[in-house]
Amino acid sequence: MTVKIGVLGLQGAVSEHLQALEAVGAEGSTVKRPEQLAELDGLILPGGESTTMRRLMDRSGLFEAIKAFAEEKPIFGTCAGLILLAKKIEGQAVPHLGLMDINVRRNAFGRQVQSFETPLEIKGVADDFVGVFIRAPYILEAGPNVEVLSKYEDKIVAAREGRFLAAAFHPELTGDARFHRYFVELVEEAAARRP
Amino acid sequence: MAKVGTDRVKRGMAEMQKGGVIMDVVNAEQAKIAEEAGAVAVMALERVPADIRAAGGVARMADPRVIEEVMNAVSIPVMAKCRIGHIVEARVLEAMGVDYIDESEVLTPADDRYHIDKKAFTVPFVCGCRNLGEAARRIGEGASMLRTKGEPGTGNIVEAVRHLRLVNAQVRKIIGMSEDELMTEAKELGAPYDVLLEIKKRGRLPVVNFAAGGVATPADAALMMQLGADGVFVGSGIFKSENPEKYAKAIVEATAHYEDYELIAHLSKGLGEAMRGLDMAALDPSDRMQDRSE
Repeated sequence: MTVKIGVLGLQGAVSEHLQALEAVGAEGSTVKRPEQLAELDGLILPGGESTTMRRLMDRSGLFEAIKAFAEEKPIFGTCAGLILLAKKIEGQAVPHLGLMDINVRRNAFGRQVQSFETPLEIKGVADDFVGVFIRAPYILEAGPNVEVLSKYEDKIVAAREGRFLAAAFHPELTGDARFHRYFVELVEEAAARRP
Repeated sequence: MAKVGTDRVKRGMAEMQKGGVIMDVVNAEQAKIAEEAGAVAVMALERVPADIRAAGGVARMADPRVIEEVMNAVSIPVMAKCRIGHIVEARVLEAMGVDYIDESEVLTPADDRYHIDKKAFTVPFVCGCRNLGEAARRIGEGASMLRTKGEPGTGNIVEAVRHLRLVNAQVRKIIGMSEDELMTEAKELGAPYDVLLEIKKRGRLPVVNFAAGGVATPADAALMMQLGADGVFVGSGIFKSENPEKYAKAIVEATAHYEDYELIAHLSKGLGEAMRGLDMAALDPSDRMQDRSE
């Protein structure tokens, strides 16, 4: 079966995710309005600016709609998407969607001049994945039910908690769709379990 | 093992700004208004283009104190402008940790012949273009992002529309050409051959291209998105309007939902007066900022 996966299309690297989904045989679509979530099996929160996406989610009604979607369907967040998923954001009283039991630090590696790329080992995905870190966050602490998938210099940069998946880097910028394949498999399993 | 300043990291930073609005600000207070409204980045300046135009004289890189103030005020990326060809202003901005440098015709050029060798920097650059020749030369010099030049500080969208339509038409032409025609096209455009080849292979520009120079209303921003811009720079439009907070939010929303006309109608209601604006015919040719470089 071909699963349908939406990419939150309010701002950010949307087309890159759609291309990666296409490369692994999923049906991708852009989500700008709450009703577009209805037909989907999974959702990607792309890289971009988390504050911008949050403002636009609030004004379009997508914030509440995505929270409801998350009650049974998988979500994959990259970079800004990881920040949107986190239950705790350092220095911020209230999180955004608050779906994953992780505490994150924004712009954790520094400003743009410190942005970098590096080979990564990602459990269940690849041992030679290129991680592109752009003003990236990392995970300071992960709860007991969170599986750490990848670390860079002892910092957690990819993790999974049940149906939620998060990466601090940008798999969508590499042309390497193996991380997307991992997510699509997760979405397929979740879809098969639903009545 | 980790590599900084790669093309992927520099161009990728601009990819993350897609669908967003980058706003000119002159202090911390404006920067916070921009961030709160949902700007994807701010451009820290001493004066917005309309005021640079009015002030005349030589326009230079902003006082580092202003840039620092803005950097300390917000968590979104901060851009700043250096003069065309001014290698040292660019190095100063890089040393300060600015996230993106705009080598900009809004400032008075420091070099009337050469642009900065942007490949030599870790910080990424955005440059203006009026046509594919300019766009490809800037990419060849290492620009990681493009924007239309438009005509800054006029509140008149006509030049930005002209530049975006022309670049996009020229890109379509390259994609439709056969490879053996590209060298002659490169000669005629004054464009590096390898950049044209990359455009043909990818079926698009290898870097994002934002609209800039004259965006004054939410409908202007949506128009540029509809014409194929990847995002929008708003210079004087926001903080020269009557109600900047409301204006900034409306432009952000209109850019994200550029095909939702009912929403844009709603956003445009009771916004107060937009910036006054200038007719191109009223502009003395020597005051045209877009002609300051090619």
